[in-house]
Amino acid sequence: MNNIVLYTVISLSALGGLAAVILYFVAQKFKVVEDPRIDEVEAILPHANCGACGYPGCRQFAEACVKADSLDGLFCTVGGNEVMEKVASILGMEAVEEEPRVAVIRCQGSFEYRPRTSHYEGIDSCASVNALYTGDTDCPYGCLGLGDCVEACDFDALYMDEQTGLPVVVDDNCVACGACVEACPRDIIELRKRNKKDRKIFVSCMNEERGGVARKYCSVACIGCSKCFQVCPFDAITMGNNLAFIDSDACKLCRKCVPVCPTNSILEINFPPPKVKKELKTTVKPGALVPDNKKTEENAGDNVPGKESE
Amino acid sequence: MQNFKHKTFPKGGVHPVENKRSAGKPIQVLPLPVRVVIPVVQHLGAPATPVVEKGEKVVVGQLLAKSSGFVSANIHSSVSGKIFRFEGHMDASGYKHLSFVIDRDGDAWDPSIDRSEMVRENIQGSREEIIGKIRDAGIVGMGGATFPTHVKLNVPKGKKADILIINGVECEPYLTADHRLMLERGRELMVGIRILMKAIDVEKAVIGIEENKPDAIALLAELADRNLGITVQPLRVKYPQGGEKQLIKAITGREVPSGGLPVDVGAVVHNVGTTLAAYEAVQKNKPLIERIVTVTGKSLKEPSNFLVRIGTPISDVIEAAGGLPDDTGKVVLGGPMMGKAVSKLDIPVTKGTSGILVIPEREAHRKPVQPCIRCAKCVSVCPMGLEPYLLMNLGQHQLFEKAQQEKVMDCIECGSCSFICPADRPLLDYIRLDKLRVGELIRKQKKAVS
Repeated sequence: MNNIVLYTVISLSALGGLAAVILYFVAQKFKVVEDPRIDEVEAILPHANCGACGYPGCRQFAEACVKADSLDGLFCTVGGNEVMEKVASILGMEAVEEEPRVAVIRCQGSFEYRPRTSHYEGIDSCASVNALYTGDTDCPYGCLGLGDCVEACDFDALYMDEQTGLPVVVDDNCVACGACVEACPRDIIELRKRNKKDRKIFVSCMNEERGGVARKYCSVACIGCSKCFQVCPFDAITMGNNLAFIDSDACKLCRKCVPVCPTNSILEINFPPPKVKKELKTTVKPGALVPDNKKTEENAGDNVPGKESE
Repeated sequence: MQNFKHKTFPKGGVHPVENKRSAGKPIQVLPLPVRVVIPVVQHLGAPATPVVEKGEKVVVGQLLAKSSGFVSANIHSSVSGKIFRFEGHMDASGYKHLSFVIDRDGDAWDPSIDRSEMVRENIQGSREEIIGKIRDAGIVGMGGATFPTHVKLNVPKGKKADILIINGVECEPYLTADHRLMLERGRELMVGIRILMKAIDVEKAVIGIEENKPDAIALLAELADRNLGITVQPLRVKYPQGGEKQLIKAITGREVPSGGLPVDVGAVVHNVGTTLAAYEAVQKNKPLIERIVTVTGKSLKEPSNFLVRIGTPISDVIEAAGGLPDDTGKVVLGGPMMGKAVSKLDIPVTKGTSGILVIPEREAHRKPVQPCIRCAKCVSVCPMGLEPYLLMNLGQHQLFEKAQQEKVMDCIECGSCSFICPADRPLLDYIRLDKLRVGELIRKQKKAVS
């Protein structure tokens, strides 16, 4: 009896010892040397796994960073410059600074401005409607309002406004990953430079029809009149396909283009409300009793925004 | 009466109420429109290149736009008059396509077109000449798919067709255009079939007709007796028998492989409308400038069949059938199963418009979607043997690669699954979304390979 126990212990120990030796050599032979910095970099990354960097997830992005010779072209929009700075310090490379960006919705075609001409009853998917027809309005360029972008957003940075039927970007949550840009079948979402206090000026329309037709679809459509183009002192506005486009990198937020737009299709967001200034003007007017107060008004209108931006 | 001796396709299928209200109405010629809109894209494939300019005078049958590439089709003027504009005009989807807007002035025809009533039986010219004439006439599949006919007639090298199938099934409810065509233009149709047989070099042609059209079966069977190689095959009534793959399966028992073409199993299918157009092109030198359109609907005053010039606004056609009823909820181009609702009535009749269906308000809306009860009716009715409930789920969860593995691209979009679903689930909507995304995936993969 005792012998059986003894033999078993001895034979199993011998087997175990042999396996350990084999495993040791096998492990030596097939050793995978992984750069420890990959783990370090991954730990810093935000773990959103959103794919905005072009890699499937944060781990793959970390691997790419470690392998790369420079961080040029590698950027985590979620972490921003701060995270990239840390990544660069781990890898001993120089971080490439990028302007923080934010998504904007380039369509103002709410229920109020854009008449609904048909009634859609299918599934709630913009891609599906876009493949079928122009949507429940006649505008073939505008927002379809079924929230493909909201569904694509992993950061709660978009929601549908039930009053207008359009998506709204929550600036604080948006990390400019571009998932919504990809999801929108009408390409109305654009990633624009994030300015101080999230101030933005952009042409909120994608309609490439001629003015008259565009106005028929939507009362706040860009009609391609090029008034903003003429007034822009920084050459930030380009015209093409009956549509104005403000380059967010060149725009200095002087706001000269906003009042000249005849259809109010240029939007200014997060600026102090312009109403206050108008009230100021009106209070000045009767008090001063200047005979040609029209001129002063024009001057005031021109100067104030310019000064502010400087 | 269902005759169970007759053939049909084995897998799936549904039986929607037929509602063929205009079946007894002879084809009437629609009064010529004041203005026509002729888009340069009326077919699958590349848009045609315009060859005339704004302000130019054209006659009926004159070439307006030339086909640009192999899969494309010529566009001809359907009226005589002056080209008023050449600009983007809404099509059935509401999107704009370049179109000729022509103000009609009289009815002057191209002198080379034979307008006599005489049926010309003698087929002249070689195979290539016939295909060339069909290509020049801009003929496309007139059942609704609008695939250029000459492409189908050019059997690829290494493949051999042995049977021509003529599609006179018209399985869509309401539509009667093909039925009336078979009854009234039977003799011309026979010549057309012989022309197509010569073009694809086959000895055998079968006309497939559902048995709800006994008069057409009797008439064509009698005519076919006098033509060597042509037979009529009555088929049991079942939707979607008019689908190319279903019809081949029903008549020959052969199954087109997944992703394959009918010619892979030696069959070529053409619609009766296309066949008649081929007759007119080859024997009468007449390009495709008019087609038979069924205008129908439950509350429409006079459901009818009209011979309509291409480019006529659909509002004109509805007007001729008694005008748009007050209780209209939806206007659909095509049949109720596969047709497409339109949002405007000033869109033109094109080469693929087989019917205009006016649906009353009480029937125009979808019912609320309910949860799937797993009855598997969608699986049993799918004529392609797919699992629609699964494809819908995959679409909802955006698992498009999985959907590709489940052969979503084989879906013919017949709508049987959505029709049969007792929970009124939007199965086809999601399957279409799947197909859209899988199509993008395939294109991406192809790009990556090349």
